[in-house]
Amino acid sequence: MDGAEMNIYAKVKEAGPLLSVRGLSKFYGSRIGCADVSFDLFPGEVLGIVGESGSGKSTLLSCLAGHQAPDEGGIVFDGRDMFAMAEPERRRLARSEQAFVHQSPRDGLRMGVSAGGNIGERLMAVGGRNYGAIRETALDWLGRVEIDGARIDDRPSAFSGGMQQRLQIARNLVTAPRLVFMDEPTGGLDVSVQARLLDLLRGLVRDLGLSVVLVTHDLAVVRLLAHRLMVMKSGHVVEQGLTDQVLDDPQHGYTQLLVSSVLQV
Amino acid sequence: MIMLKDVSKTFTLHNQGGAVIPVMTGVSLTVAPGECVALTGRSGSGKSTLMRMIHGNYLAASGEILVGGLDVAKASPREILALRREELGYVSQFLRVVPRVPTIDVVAEPLLTLGTAAEEARDRAAALLARLNLPERLWSLSPTTFSGGEQQRVNIARGFIHPYPAMLLDEPTASLDAINREVVLGLIADAKARGAAILGIFHDEEARARVCDRLLDVTGFTPGLAA
Amino acid sequence: MTTASMPVEAESYNFAYLDEQTKRMLRRAILKALAVPGYQVPFASREMPMPYGWGTGGVQVSAACLVPEDRLKVIDQGADDTTNAVSIRKFFQRTAGVAVTEATTEASLIQTRHRIPETPLTEDQILVYQVPIPEPLRFLEPRETETRRMHALEEYGLMHVKLYEDIARHGEITNSYAWPVMAHDRYVMTPSPIPKFDNPKLSDSPAVQLFGAGREARIHALPPYTKVVSLDFEDHPFVASKADHECEICGSRESYLDEVITDDQGGRMFVCSDTDFCGSRSAALETERS
Repeated sequence: MDGAEMNIYAKVKEAGPLLSVRGLSKFYGSRIGCADVSFDLFPGEVLGIVGESGSGKSTLLSCLAGHQAPDEGGIVFDGRDMFAMAEPERRRLARSEQAFVHQSPRDGLRMGVSAGGNIGERLMAVGGRNYGAIRETALDWLGRVEIDGARIDDRPSAFSGGMQQRLQIARNLVTAPRLVFMDEPTGGLDVSVQARLLDLLRGLVRDLGLSVVLVTHDLAVVRLLAHRLMVMKSGHVVEQGLTDQVLDDPQHGYTQLLVSSVLQV
Repeated sequence: MIMLKDVSKTFTLHNQGGAVIPVMTGVSLTVAPGECVALTGRSGSGKSTLMRMIHGNYLAASGEILVGGLDVAKASPREILALRREELGYVSQFLRVVPRVPTIDVVAEPLLTLGTAAEEARDRAAALLARLNLPERLWSLSPTTFSGGEQQRVNIARGFIHPYPAMLLDEPTASLDAINREVVLGLIADAKARGAAILGIFHDEEARARVCDRLLDVTGFTPGLAA
Repeated sequence: MTTASMPVEAESYNFAYLDEQTKRMLRRAILKALAVPGYQVPFASREMPMPYGWGTGGVQVSAACLVPEDRLKVIDQGADDTTNAVSIRKFFQRTAGVAVTEATTEASLIQTRHRIPETPLTEDQILVYQVPIPEPLRFLEPRETETRRMHALEEYGLMHVKLYEDIARHGEITNSYAWPVMAHDRYVMTPSPIPKFDNPKLSDSPAVQLFGAGREARIHALPPYTKVVSLDFEDHPFVASKADHECEICGSRESYLDEVITDDQGGRMFVCSDTDFCGSRSAALETERS
């Protein structure tokens, strides 16, 4: 038994981080966007980032995803320094090994393009040139996100909000990215639709071994999805740790306030 | 298998003038493989707090909490996740699941995270639910709308689906009828027989007497309550 | 028609209408475009004495290329005698005093809208296309900043999305004109709204091909003998198709045909869209017969 025990933690220690962030800061003039953020994200791990509006969590996410250039700090993805990388390579990574799920499907989908075309775009962007194969993959992914394959040629504008969000997820995951950034993915959805999406995301994370950086203000969502949690306030990380530990035994005053402010149902 | 050395716990209430409340101090205990130890003490004496610390859910203020080879008090979140995934089972009183997920999948999930094939995981979940007399027509429904006793059995199935070498049981028989209570006691006996170290809270004295090897009164660790 | 019938008013206009500085600016843009095949070079498009959509881009490029020794041919949809072609030809006769012709083989500079002549071009010729929308990605991405970045980084997945959509919706790629191409294995470009039948003629052409978009202020180009590939899917390959008929005037089965409605009862006929090609073929056949 001792041998087996050594094994599971050795495995944990051995695996290098997929994403390493050190001293990341972004300023808007004299205002702090986010300041001195450091963390490691490991393969298969979901990191939740919570905080109120203006806490810097969205700024942090957009810096991580390369949508904004931070003022200080470094990001290493899979051993590669994201800032030393030429833009073409960074964008190639962004559409193959990384993905970004927006809060509003309108920002993440092409509303004038069919569901199949939306899913196929990333495949074609990385060189897919066989129509039949692209369509087959698109059908497979529609099934995985529980959208009827018969809707493959419909435009997302004819879909419900929950379907649009699931389509956005399929569109992002079709190239089997290893790292997915999610900005309030369950934000604008009805509660029952949220539940289905959460279940879907959990299954995909587990089955595909995805690493996820999940930004949300919904503590119930992070409890169900995130392994680890980072709490932000005024651009700073005030507390981080195991998700249920941070939520059930918060150490920082701000986290205590945040947790105790949630309405119980 | 489970060993605590001089563990203490305090809560600091930053939003109430920074009041520091000591809730446990000087906890030391050992649970050997194949042994079942019951925590006793009146309500509020810190039994659940102690269990939560061992589970890594509450941070210990000081001391060592060894489960297998890992010191939970100092372990990284990733090590605790690995511990929970492979070595430390937990049956809580509360069911916390994604709404709308079928019961059978809720029960099979711990196996899926361990990499068990989906079909085998579901088969084992089905066998366990059957043993716990949960009607098969409920398996495809989400447990969120179940009665207390049904939810309790789902929780137990989830906790016993993998042969964890260490287990924490919080009131496993609380809302069960006599038949199902027998089933659960049987599950605990089986776990002991395969060498699991079990720490539990049992208000059900008869059940406690049947499966537990020792009792441990936590009142002695609770500042202000200790005699 | 001869040049002598038309008076040259060189004293009223600079040669070929545009001032020398403007032509210099245009030539620089043209040279850059030739150096980077398929890349859209911005230029300071001038107001021309004709409305946008009537070939202001093509006319500016032609003006920058014309020299007094040139012989000019202007076609619109393959025809030399349509209003647009006639006006542009007259414009240059009047402002540049150059000789004009309708014979493809005799022309040194051909300005065209929507066709490539059937008669193969030579190294001594320049073909100037009028282009309405030079950006092939515009249909899917409205932001110029974004399309420029996509070209810079060769992110052309979107272009295939458009083709995918066509097949998904219609079972085939429905573009019958302006079929996007890859120039010199690097830039996706629009060949302007020529029928896809003409696409193969773009590749490896001995002539210089210049594309001018006046309203959008862009010039792109293909130097002689540039490889040009029409975009497609492995399982839905590009096919240069045309109406499955023969020309009812000259009998050609190889040339691109226009469908002409002849009466109110739905009567129609197919004739060559290239009037010079059709005319010279008919004349040759006449000669043979007599």
